[in-house]
Amino acid sequence: MSDTALLWRQYRLERRMFWRNPSAAFFNFLLPLLFLALFGAIFSSSQSELDVIVPGIASLSVMSTTFSALAFNMTFLREQGILKRVRGTPLPSTIYLGGIALSAVTNTVIQVAIITISGKLFFGVAWPQEWFELIVFVAAGVICFASLGVALSHFIPNFESAPAYVNAIFLPVIFISGVFYDSDTAPAFLLDIAQILPLKHLIDGLSGAMVTGVGLSDNLGSLAVIGLWAAAGIALAVRGFSWESRRS
Amino acid sequence: MMADARRTNRVGCGQYRQDPETPLPGDLGMIASVTSDAAIEVRGLRKVYGDIEAVRGIDFTVRRGEIFGLLGPNGAGKTTTVEVLEGYRDASAGDVCVLGYDPARRERALRERVGIVLQSCGVYRHVSVREVLTHWAGLYPHPRDVQEVIELTGLGEKADARTRQLSGGQLRRLDLALALIGDPELIFLDEPTTGFDPAARRSAWNTIRSLKALGKTVLLTTHYLDEAQELCDRVAIIKGGEIIAEGAPSELGVGGEIRYKVAYRNGSGELTSQETDDPTTVLFELTRGALDRGERLEELSVTRPSLEDVYLELTADE
Repeated sequence: MSDTALLWRQYRLERRMFWRNPSAAFFNFLLPLLFLALFGAIFSSSQSELDVIVPGIASLSVMSTTFSALAFNMTFLREQGILKRVRGTPLPSTIYLGGIALSAVTNTVIQVAIITISGKLFFGVAWPQEWFELIVFVAAGVICFASLGVALSHFIPNFESAPAYVNAIFLPVIFISGVFYDSDTAPAFLLDIAQILPLKHLIDGLSGAMVTGVGLSDNLGSLAVIGLWAAAGIALAVRGFSWESRRS
Repeated sequence: MMADARRTNRVGCGQYRQDPETPLPGDLGMIASVTSDAAIEVRGLRKVYGDIEAVRGIDFTVRRGEIFGLLGPNGAGKTTTVEVLEGYRDASAGDVCVLGYDPARRERALRERVGIVLQSCGVYRHVSVREVLTHWAGLYPHPRDVQEVIELTGLGEKADARTRQLSGGQLRRLDLALALIGDPELIFLDEPTTGFDPAARRSAWNTIRSLKALGKTVLLTTHYLDEAQELCDRVAIIKGGEIIAEGAPSELGVGGEIRYKVAYRNGSGELTSQETDDPTTVLFELTRGALDRGERLEELSVTRPSLEDVYLELTADE
């Protein structure tokens, strides 16, 4: 079987397993949509607020489907010994991990699509103006947050503690970065922190693509910050990668 | 000189695989001819973790088509040794050769010919036994039939159950099924029957014997001495990272000689026993004396030491 066929098989198995675990699928898709519905309702009188919320939640989806999902997933697979078992088969490691990553990216694409459509249908946000910019930023965000999620999994000692580790990063980052409000109105020191982190720049890019029409050429700085985090994430994910959980 | 021989052995290992007809010069040729019927060769293997030396220079050879057992107490270095052979760990020193490959290089061609049952290892949860076996079969160039492997490992009734609904013993049988699905030449079994009830163990033993009948090579680690005695052609006993005895289970003795135990109830009704390496003479003198005195030797028995006796004696802490 060719490597492409192997990748396709692995991807299909990952998708099947994802849909057969309804609680995981439910949270994966429903949480961002719940946020969208709630904040949409709260800010329903103000179009300018809605214009902030929709790209903000789209960015949150990118982060939750890659960073959080892969940090959980890799911790689980490592602790269960599934990574080790696969390592003993002829399946090339890159194809196996590629199948897992593609499955995560599929969730990202589905969610961003749902949010974009909901934004248009329910919240009066226009169709994205800069499609190419949208694709570039989602792709950059996926690479950045997926590699950071895998890198984080190296530091999580066991699956029980995974939610604590993931949420200790995920929750502060989404609040600081302005998922739910325009971060430019936040106190200066919070804005300074947000400027260093990748999520704010993803929100700026998606906001430009979906709402304001600020083009890619004006958001290159944001793309560069995401790129730097992606480089660090990839280096950490590859360097520290372990096929087995640490034993004392 | 010794180091030289080891290095050339590694070269010979690779060369032999590619060109079996070419004779190799000198003692190198001798090593290669040994290699030809060896599935696994281990020479001077050491493995150090930090300042702990888990494996302290061991040598053994597993011939093609045999069931070879590695026995030893917990922490003796069995699993470390097997994991080096499986390609999970690099050796700190020494040479290992598995089916003509260096496992540390993790070549796909080697992994296609080897099946592995790890000690404790999870499996995909939200798929059925049949689905996971079918998926696994697709990873190998010449897999066995999925249904046949399901029957062979006694998973017929659970074939369409999700793996997370299986009991511990059934999961262990799935481990074995996953190791066999690629129709490997060499199978590593790390404590394959732990947690089995006696009937399941018997049936697993039959499966393992059937592998031997197919000409497969099996490297087995186990805590159960009856399992080793039942299945293995040869065993090596590891203690403290060193091999302290090696041979056929029935021929293993302490200090190279077999101590028979002769026991009987004497004239005053006491159970007496004595150990000897010459049971013929002992029995002759015992029975002659008894006949002369007109006694019967009640409950007379001669027993060879079981693998368990040998094992306990060898692994006892002084």
